[in-house]
Amino acid sequence: PRMAWAAWSESAMKASESTAAMAELFGSADNQASAEVKLKAPEIAENGAVVPLEVSTSLPVEQIAIFIDNNPSPLAMTATLGAGTAGLVKTRVRMGETSNVVAVVKSGGKLYSASQEVKVTIGGCGG
Amino acid sequence: MAKTIRGKAKAKNGMVDVKVLMKHPMETGLRKDKDGNAIPPHFIQNVTAMSGGTMVFSAEFNSSVSKDPYLAFAYPGEKGGALTIAWSDNTGATDSADITVK
Amino acid sequence: AGGALPIGNAAAAQKALFDTAPFGQVRLMHITDCHAQLNPIYFREPNVNLGLHGAYGRAPHLVGNALLDAFGIKAGTPEAHAFTYLGFDEAARRFGRVGGFAHLKTLVNALRGSYGEDKTLLMDGGDTWQGSGTSLWTRGMDMVRACNDLGVDVMTGHWEFTYQDDEILANIEAFNGDFVAQNVKVTDEAIFDDAPVFDEDTGHAFKPYVIKEMGGYRVAVIGQAFPYTPIANPSRFIPDWTFGIRDDDMQELVDQVRAEHKPHAVVVLSHNGMDVDVKMASRVSGIDVIFGGHTHDAVPAPLEIANPGGKTLVTNAGSNGKYLAVMDLELSEQGMVGYKHRLIPVFSNIIEPDAAMTALITRERAPYLGKLQEELAVADETLYRRGNFNGTFDQVICDGLRQVLNAQISLSPGFRWGTSVLAGDAITMENVLDQTAITYGETYARDMSGEELKLILEDVADNLFNEDPYYQQGGDMVRVGGLDYTINPLAGMGSRITEMRLDDGTLIEASKSYKVAGWATVGSQAPGPDISEVTAEYLRAQDTVRVNKLNTPKIVGIKTNPGLSS
Ligand SMILES: [Mn+2]
Ligand SMILES: [Mn+2]
Repeated sequence: PRMAWAAWSESAMKASESTAAMAELFGSADNQASAEVKLKAPEIAENGAVVPLEVSTSLPVEQIAIFIDNNPSPLAMTATLGAGTAGLVKTRVRMGETSNVVAVVKSGGKLYSASQEVKVTIGGCGG
Repeated sequence: MAKTIRGKAKAKNGMVDVKVLMKHPMETGLRKDKDGNAIPPHFIQNVTAMSGGTMVFSAEFNSSVSKDPYLAFAYPGEKGGALTIAWSDNTGATDSADITVK
Repeated sequence: AGGALPIGNAAAAQKALFDTAPFGQVRLMHITDCHAQLNPIYFREPNVNLGLHGAYGRAPHLVGNALLDAFGIKAGTPEAHAFTYLGFDEAARRFGRVGGFAHLKTLVNALRGSYGEDKTLLMDGGDTWQGSGTSLWTRGMDMVRACNDLGVDVMTGHWEFTYQDDEILANIEAFNGDFVAQNVKVTDEAIFDDAPVFDEDTGHAFKPYVIKEMGGYRVAVIGQAFPYTPIANPSRFIPDWTFGIRDDDMQELVDQVRAEHKPHAVVVLSHNGMDVDVKMASRVSGIDVIFGGHTHDAVPAPLEIANPGGKTLVTNAGSNGKYLAVMDLELSEQGMVGYKHRLIPVFSNIIEPDAAMTALITRERAPYLGKLQEELAVADETLYRRGNFNGTFDQVICDGLRQVLNAQISLSPGFRWGTSVLAGDAITMENVLDQTAITYGETYARDMSGEELKLILEDVADNLFNEDPYYQQGGDMVRVGGLDYTINPLAGMGSRITEMRLDDGTLIEASKSYKVAGWATVGSQAPGPDISEVTAEYLRAQDTVRVNKLNTPKIVGIKTNPGLSS
């Protein structure tokens, strides 16, 4: 069946800074770090072009977004969940340099987050 | 199955675990080719997952999602159900695939 | 720890070594990082092993007298020689070589026999299949055969993963014991391509753990492979596997194993490296002992690390076949209630080598003996590798790279493996291969900007000195030839390296170009000749090889440190 494609959140996607991107996407960047939001990310990326990320939460969740602070456009993706869909999303992202990765979850109209630094290194033992 | 979408859907305890691997260059628009010309942005922007007429999951991607995007999620469902995954990119191209839940 | 071994009286010495009075209900023995050394060798421990921030003055970051004091070992004893660099040149001549699989086997058999074979277990922490000429040429199979003869029951890995993935799977198939690793998974993409997998749901590439029934007691052994293998070593040989520390998975697995199997003890056979093991032990509950490797630290007694569930013991058992760790556990229905640990140095001169293993070693080496025994030059001083910033053998490699490949500057990885050659002894091709035998030993000589050079030094320095052990990935600092620099280990990422100068004192300029030679490139195959040939060529051209200048960085920001001794 022909699909009416949802709009793409252009202003949030093009924002060059995480707080601005969050405000554009959610209407506000006010978020609370929460142990109920779990971000699984490697401490050191095996390949900066393909960094696996997993966000999960036990909170009743409407929307999950991932921000990579030091990327030129920090908002990497946002997911909207249907009724009963699990608070879980896995994907792979591109990171140009070491950066904090922030997972933000919208639950009950409020934003909750978890973050972790992912290091992008040259690799090898030098030389 | 479509050329650019591979999916696995497995039912377990009333939920369906879905893994999707899409084929797409996901060009950011920041790379230059060997002659120094900027390669134009070319990336998937929207992904939807429909089951029984309901949108169980949808995502918006920025160009920082890795080449050949991978997505995993889980929605309420049973073995034998049908799931349709579709994507559209910034050039207007689209593709979709039907997956049977195992 | 402590107590002198009566070297000189072989029978008494053997009795002293073997009379490790049985304790508890099970005996767990552990070797690690033997780097394919089948015969007895010399191996000098480091005099620079800096611990910063939380690791300051804590094992393994203790050298020389600081180490002896911390563990109550008397100076001048065979154990002092085994655990430190103090008086190495003279003590090595006096006490002789260490390690060797035939000698190790005699020791292992005696310890199994006196305790009760069904109640003992021999674990190998990995870095076994790489590190010698024969292991490279047989693609690790010589060591698989030797470990089968030795009776290794369980292993995990790191340099094992530098062979091609199908070769690794063939080696694991040929290995009689279990290969375990909870932190190695098949990539999302490879699962779609139906790559071989141990468990499609969890994504585990290998068995994550094994349950050992030992004399009526159950011991769970969980494997932890080196978490940064595809970063420190080429990922192109193992494209389908992804690693990581995965301590959250570790916690889930410990909980699941305890609930499902109700083991009397849960141990982790780990290739994390000691600092990572200490952090993991502080975060994960329910592990009784972590048997550690990778960092090649000889730690005479375990550290007791507190965590939310209680406490975990963390050990590290050195390298190159130099030690055998023996831990006897006291077990009850409540779990582990006591332990007795000894890290036994394997002094080859006082142990009778096992005949079957000796024959195996002879067989493995026979086709290559001529090449291995070629004498290249005489060592003017003791050549060794280990130390945070440099080693005399590394300097020889760096000097060889500059000379043979015509470069101003040379770089050599801070690997921690590599046997030592005593002053006055001949350097053989085998000795060179002990420093250079890797599956990606090709060299390069290319132009690099000063900026690029600095980026490399800063990147490796962070891998060494990042405050958080989970963000440390490297071995020791990259070794340099033709280059001096100042380092402030306590500074932040990108700010540790200053005053980069050529040997003649000229400051390195960011935009200027320099000819740099190196080897062991991780990203793609380098175009030049193998490093073993470059080094051999350099050595053959002289009778005696001297280290005229040991490029040593100036260390600032640190006054004293128990891991620093000149
Ligand atoms: Mn090792
Ligand atoms: Mn290792």
